[in-house]
Amino acid sequence: MPKLTVDGIEVEVPAGATVLQACEAAGAEVPRFCYHERLSIAGNCRMCLVEMEKSPKPVASCAMPAGDGMVIRTNTPAVKKAREGVMEFLLINHPLDCPICDQGGECDLQDQSVAYGAGQSRFLENKRAVEEKYMGPLIKTVMTRCIHCTRCIRFSKEIAGVPELGALGRGEHMEVTTYLEQTLHSEVSGNVIDLCPVGALTSRPYAFTARSWELKKTETIDVMDAVGGNIRVDARGNEVMRILPRVNEAVNEEWISDKTRFVYDGLKRRRLDRPYVRKAGKLTEATWAEAFDAIAKKLKGMAGDKTAAIAGDLQDVESVYALRLLMDSLGSPHRDCRQDGAKLDVTTRAGYLFNSGIAGIDEADACLLIGVNPRHEATSINLRLRARSRRGGFAIANVGPALDLTYKVDELGNDPKLLSAIASGAHPFAEVLKKAAKPMLIVGQGALARADGAGVLAAAREIADKLGLIKDGWNGFNVLHTAAARVGALDVGFVPQKGGRDVAGILDGAKSGAIEAVFLLGADEINSDPLKDAFVVYLGTHGDEGVRHADVILPAAAYTEKPGTYVNTEGRVQRGLKAVFAPGDAREDWTILRALSDALGKTLPFDNLNELRAKLCSEVPHLAVIDEKPAAPWGKFGTAGALEPTPFALAVSDYYRTNPICRASCILATVKDAMSGDKTEATGTHG
Amino acid sequence: MLSDKDRIFTNLYGFQPWSLAAAKKRGDWDDTKAILDKGRDWIISEVKESGLRGRGGAGFPTGLKWSFMPKQSDGKPSYLVVNADEGEPGTCKDRDIIRHDPHKLIEGCLVAGFAMGATAAYIYIRGEFRAEADVLEAAIAESYAAGLIGKNACGSGYDFDVYVHRGAGAYICGEETALIESLEGKKGQPRLKPPFPANMGLYGRPTTVNNVESIAVAPTIVRRGAKWFAGLGRPNNTGTKVFCISGHVNKPCNVEEEMGIPLKELIEKHAGGVRGGWDNLLAIIPGGSSVPLLPKSICDEVLMDFDSLRAVQSGLGTAAVIVMDKSTDIVRAIARLSKFYKHESCGQCTPCREGTGWMWRVMERLVEGRAEKSEIDTLLEVSKQIEGHTICALGDAAAWPIQGLMRHFRPEVERRIDAYKASAGKTQAA
Repeated sequence: MPKLTVDGIEVEVPAGATVLQACEAAGAEVPRFCYHERLSIAGNCRMCLVEMEKSPKPVASCAMPAGDGMVIRTNTPAVKKAREGVMEFLLINHPLDCPICDQGGECDLQDQSVAYGAGQSRFLENKRAVEEKYMGPLIKTVMTRCIHCTRCIRFSKEIAGVPELGALGRGEHMEVTTYLEQTLHSEVSGNVIDLCPVGALTSRPYAFTARSWELKKTETIDVMDAVGGNIRVDARGNEVMRILPRVNEAVNEEWISDKTRFVYDGLKRRRLDRPYVRKAGKLTEATWAEAFDAIAKKLKGMAGDKTAAIAGDLQDVESVYALRLLMDSLGSPHRDCRQDGAKLDVTTRAGYLFNSGIAGIDEADACLLIGVNPRHEATSINLRLRARSRRGGFAIANVGPALDLTYKVDELGNDPKLLSAIASGAHPFAEVLKKAAKPMLIVGQGALARADGAGVLAAAREIADKLGLIKDGWNGFNVLHTAAARVGALDVGFVPQKGGRDVAGILDGAKSGAIEAVFLLGADEINSDPLKDAFVVYLGTHGDEGVRHADVILPAAAYTEKPGTYVNTEGRVQRGLKAVFAPGDAREDWTILRALSDALGKTLPFDNLNELRAKLCSEVPHLAVIDEKPAAPWGKFGTAGALEPTPFALAVSDYYRTNPICRASCILATVKDAMSGDKTEATGTHG
Repeated sequence: MLSDKDRIFTNLYGFQPWSLAAAKKRGDWDDTKAILDKGRDWIISEVKESGLRGRGGAGFPTGLKWSFMPKQSDGKPSYLVVNADEGEPGTCKDRDIIRHDPHKLIEGCLVAGFAMGATAAYIYIRGEFRAEADVLEAAIAESYAAGLIGKNACGSGYDFDVYVHRGAGAYICGEETALIESLEGKKGQPRLKPPFPANMGLYGRPTTVNNVESIAVAPTIVRRGAKWFAGLGRPNNTGTKVFCISGHVNKPCNVEEEMGIPLKELIEKHAGGVRGGWDNLLAIIPGGSSVPLLPKSICDEVLMDFDSLRAVQSGLGTAAVIVMDKSTDIVRAIARLSKFYKHESCGQCTPCREGTGWMWRVMERLVEGRAEKSEIDTLLEVSKQIEGHTICALGDAAAWPIQGLMRHFRPEVERRIDAYKASAGKTQAA
C-alpha cells in the first residue's frame, strides 16, 4: 500500500495503482484521452502529465506506478503549461467542425479544450485530412478528427477479442483502420463509439439525428438477453434516439452488445398501435371496448381448463404476474413461460439460476460449457469469460458445438454422453474441476430444450455435486438463460400447475380442440400454426409470429415504454423506467390485463402499479430486493434420465433476429448482411 | 593522440580479413574461457571500474547497466540485445565494426552475456546492412563451429546462443524498447518506462540492450584491465571511441581516438582538415543529427567527450561529427533534419506526432524567409513543448537541432526573413 503526497494531500493507494489513480483518490482532477480503466495503458496522449519530485521531466501519470513517498504536483504552472502544449498539438490537426459533429456536447476534446485550449491557433500550415475508413454499418468514421489515442484498437484487441482494428503508417500519417476496411466482426463493436473521446468514431444510424443536450435520458434495463444489461435510453419527444450503456460492475461493467445498442429502430417498425378483432376471417381495427367485448363473449361459459396462456421472452415480471392471477381466477392450470421448451425445474430456485453470479466469473478458475454459446446468448458474460481467460489460470472446456468465443476453449466434443463421463470422473476434465478452487459450469438453453433436457439438467447437477462445484460460499452451477423474462416468470410460478400443460401441451391441445382459448403475452418464439383453430388473444408489441392466428390483438408497451421489473439470469432483480409513451392506443401490459379482468368479471385486486408490486412482493418476497443478487440455497431438483446421443444444438442460431423487436430493426438487418459479406456480392445479377 | 598499441579496433579499415583465423591473430578469442572463469561479478566490476559509458548516444555507464540484471536466475531465460540498428544520420561506426571486425562483437556478446547471466544474445541489425548481416551470420557460424559460442561456449560450461535479426529500416527501432517490440514482431513503437527492460524486456524477460561498440570493446577491456582503459581519456569520460567524421572535410573517415581529444585536432589529424581550411568552417554537429550544432567559435576549443560537449549545450551522442563549411545553407541543413524526424516519428504520442510535422513546415518556410520573425519564438516554444513530454527521446532529438540553430544562427534566419520581405515588397511595387 504505497503512500504518496498529491498536491500536499497524503493518500494511500492499493499496490499496483498508478499515479493517476492516486491523484483521483486525492481529489485532483487529471485530464486524459488515451487512459481508460478497463483498457491497457497506452500513455500516448500525454495529457495527464504531472510533476514528480526528483524527476527532471513531467511524467505521464497514467503510466507511472504509484510508489511509496512520491511527491506529485498536479496544479503547478509547469503542469498547466505542459498540458496546454499537448492540447495545442491535439488541436492543430483537428478540424473545427464541432457544430456538425455528432460528438459535440459530449466530446472529451471539446470539454478539455475549455480548460487547456488557447483562444487562438498559432498553427499557420495546412491541416491534415484523412480519408474515411469503412468500419461497417454501425460505426461512422470521420478519421480527420482522430487523435490517435488507440482506445478503439485496445478495446478490439483486449476486450472484444477481435484484433481487427489497428494503426497503419507512422508519425503524422498514422491512421486507425480496420483490417482491409472490413466490418468489425464483433457483437460489441458499438462500444468503440462510446470509447472514442472525439468524433472520429460515431454511431452511423444515429448520425445527424439529434444533439446530445436535447435528449431526455432514462435509466433502464435491457431485455435483449437475460443478462439484464444496464442501459440509458435517450429520447427526444416520444422517439427513442439511441441506447447507451450504464456502468454496473456486477452486470455489464460498461459494455453492451450491438443488439442492445442498435435495436431501437425496431421499436418504431411493425408496431401494434391499436386493438384488432378478427371479423369474418380478417383482422379489423377495433376500439378497446370492442376488443374486450369480443374476448368476454368468447370466454363466457367456457370451462377454465379450456383456456391457456403462454408468456413471452421480453415481459416484465409485473405483466406475467398479472396474467398469472388472471389465469388463476379463470381456473386454468395451463400456462408456461418456456417457449423454447427448456426442461427447467422450478422446485429449487438455485436450479435455474446463474448461481456464481456474473461477477463470480472473475473468481472462478475452471469452467465447463454445456451446449451454450455465451458469445451469442449473453455477450456481456462472454466478455467476462474472455477477461478471466486472459488473466490466465482458467481452464475452459466445451461440451457442445465447436465455437469461436474469442478465447481458447478446450473442445471436448459435441456428445451429451460426455457429461456422464465427466460426472463419473472417467473424463480427464473431471480432475480439472475437482482440483479447481472455484470451478463452474454453464448449461445453456440449447442443452435443456430437448427431449432429454431434464436428463441433461440432472447430469449437470451431478457434475456440480460430485466435482466440488458447490462449496461453502461458492456455487458454480450456472444456468444461462436467453430470455429476459424467463427467471422472473419462473419466480412468479408461470409454469404448468397441477394437471396443466406446458407449451408443447398447449399447442397440441389447441390443435386437438382440448384447449379453446389461448392468451399469448408477447409470445413470438413459438410456431403458431397449431393455434389456427383456437381463439387466440395476442397481447404484445409487434406484428410478429404471435399475431398470425390471433383473433383479438391488444397492443402493449415495449420495454422502453413502461416501468418494469426484470430478473436476470443470476436472479438479480432490477427495475427499468419508462422512457417514452407507447405508440397510438397501445397501453402498458398490466393495465390491459387489469381492464380485461374487469371485462371478464374477474377484477384483479390492484388499481395501480404500486398495489400490483406490493401484492407481487408479498407473494414473492425476494422481488422486493432491488439491484442485488439474493443468495439462492442449494436444494433438491432435477430428474435423472437417459441422455440421447443427438448432438447439442444451440439456443441462438441467428444472433440478430432473436426477438420481435430486433426482427423489426432495419439497422440489425444491415449488420447481419454486412457480417455475412452479402454487401460485396450484391452486384445486381447476383441471386 | 591514441598510440597504435592502445587501439581496440585494429581492423577498423578492413586491411585484414574479418575471418576467425585473422581475428585470432589480432588477439580476439584469446583464452576467453579464462575471462569467464573469473566470474560474473569480476567482469562487471572490471567494466564498472573502466568507466566505460554506453557508446550508443546516451552515455549511461555500461557496467552499472549490466548490474541491473537479476543476480539469480529464476530458471527462465534473460537476454542480451545488441543494438546494431545504426540509423542516426552521420553515424557509420557499428557498420564498419561488424563488416571488418565481427568477432570483437561476438566475443563481446559472450563476455557481456555471461556477465549479466543472459541465455542468448539477439543482434538487431539495420535492414539496409545487407552485406554486414551476411558477414555477421558467417562469423557467427564460424564461432559455433569452433565451439566458441553455443553449448559449452569456449569450454566454460556456459551455454550461450547468438542470433541475428534484420530490421526493416525504421529509425525508431534504434530506440531500445521499440527495438524490443520490433524484435517481438510488433509495430516498432517505444514502450512506456517503467518497467525498464532490465525487469521486463524481450518477451517479458529481463533484457539489456547495448550498442554494438559498447559490447565490442568489452573483451579487450577485461583482457587488458580496467586500469588501462580508465587511463585513457579524461575522468568520467574514459577510454577510446570510434569517431565518424563526415561532411566538408578532405578525408571523411571513421577513426578510433581517445575520448576528450580536441575537436579541431580530430578533424585536422584524421580527416585531412576542413575543406578550404579551418577558417572556412561554419559549424559542426558533433554527435549525430540529434545533437545541437556548434558554431566555429566553440569548435575551436571544445573537447570531444560527454561532459565537455554537454557544457556547451550539445552532446557527444554517437560521436558522428558532421562538418559544414561556409558553403552550407545552414537553415536548409537543419530543415532537412526536421524532415527526417517528422518522417521517422512513430506516431504513438501526441507531441512528437503532431509537433515534428509542425516544426518541419515552419523550418521549410524559414529556409526561404517566408515567415514572421515572431515565428522563430513560436518555433522554439513548440520545440520546448515537445522536448521532455514524449515517451521516448525522439521528440527531444527532433527539438534539439532547431534549438541549436536558433541559439547560434538566429541572425542568419532573421536576415532571410528581412530579405524575403524586401524582395516581396519589390515584386509588389513593380
